Amino acid sequence: MQYGGKIITGLVIFIGLVTFPLAFNAGKAAYSQPKLKMPAKEKECIESAAFMRKEHMQLLDSWRDWALRDGKRTFVNSKGKSFNISLQNTCMKCHDNKAEFCDKCHNDAAVSPYCWDCHIQPEGLKK
Amino acid sequence: MNQNRRHFLKFVGLSAAAGLCFGPVRGLMASGGPAASSAPAETAAGLRAKRWAMVVDTRVLNSAETIKPLVDVCHSQHNVPDIPGNKNIKWIWGAPFHEAFTDMNTNYLAEGVESRQYVLLCNHCDNAPCVRVCPTKATYRRPDGIVTMDYHRCIGCRYCMAGCPYGSRSFNFGEPRLNLDLAKLNKEYPTRMRGVVEKCTFCVERLEAGKVPACVEAAKGALLFGDLTDSGSEVRKALRGNFTIRRKPSLGTEPSVYYII
Repeated sequence: MQYGGKIITGLVIFIGLVTFPLAFNAGKAAYSQPKLKMPAKEKECIESAAFMRKEHMQLLDSWRDWALRDGKRTFVNSKGKSFNISLQNTCMKCHDNKAEFCDKCHNDAAVSPYCWDCHIQPEGLKK
Repeated sequence: MNQNRRHFLKFVGLSAAAGLCFGPVRGLMASGGPAASSAPAETAAGLRAKRWAMVVDTRVLNSAETIKPLVDVCHSQHNVPDIPGNKNIKWIWGAPFHEAFTDMNTNYLAEGVESRQYVLLCNHCDNAPCVRVCPTKATYRRPDGIVTMDYHRCIGCRYCMAGCPYGSRSFNFGEPRLNLDLAKLNKEYPTRMRGVVEKCTFCVERLEAGKVPACVEAAKGALLFGDLTDSGSEVRKALRGNFTIRRKPSLGTEPSVYYII
């Protein structure tokens, strides 16, 4: 084989680099969902936990448009129960700790939504 | 296989027909998005009108002292910062006659009229220039006449500020929270962020909760708020019984804030 040595060396380096993340993380515990601080008083969210986990961003997006653009500020959920459409006055009245609820998953997933640039978290703001 | 043009055309035709039949079904299945079984509705307690309008009784609200409580209540409810210098944010403020009514070039005005301070705020125009120039539709006009904003969409281009003939819009040149007393924030209402424009919204969030705007409540009768299309409303009664003017009517923006002189 012409250039065999170089090709095989190159392949070994390439495979080594590609599989480095697997080798690096071997033996470490698998990712587990963070423990969230659940509201003490309320047991049921506006929709099922599975739905909220997967779709809360789309729901909040619709909420914004319904409240601001369409002037409809009441949300009727799939069970027919009504809620005031408001992040600060509905969601965060139950989930009264952003650091212990929102941030846990967002930090793990390395996403930083900019809700809190304007909306005020229930803990309040510090200088 | 005998792959000639005739077979090819048959195959394409059948595929297109199948696509047309099954396409909509798939579309229906895919649209089961976030709120398939849930829906928004109007708030039951909300105040509704065809055209919201305000009447300012400048015989009562005529000085900096009488206007200040309105400014304070509005700005504290909406977390509006007070920034020293020329980058301040204003939703409602006071100004003398010649600043407020620039197209009334009357000399030798009645003393009482000239020395007054006038409450100024967004006029919620019928033909709002700010709505027309906004490139992202962040500013829009609701069917009830209120011109309001979706701050999520504002890109801070400030066309609206150039367009507004009333100076009703303020730009956040810096982070507004730096100039807010964080201990005294209204936690029911958001702040804004650096790089967005803001203005009076006729308190849409209060109207939805069945309350009149904060300044109207604080003015104890010197500010009237109601439906312009309802001839029995408070504003129409006030307009019938008093001589009123509007700011810069010659521009054709049709402002909905009237001033009793």
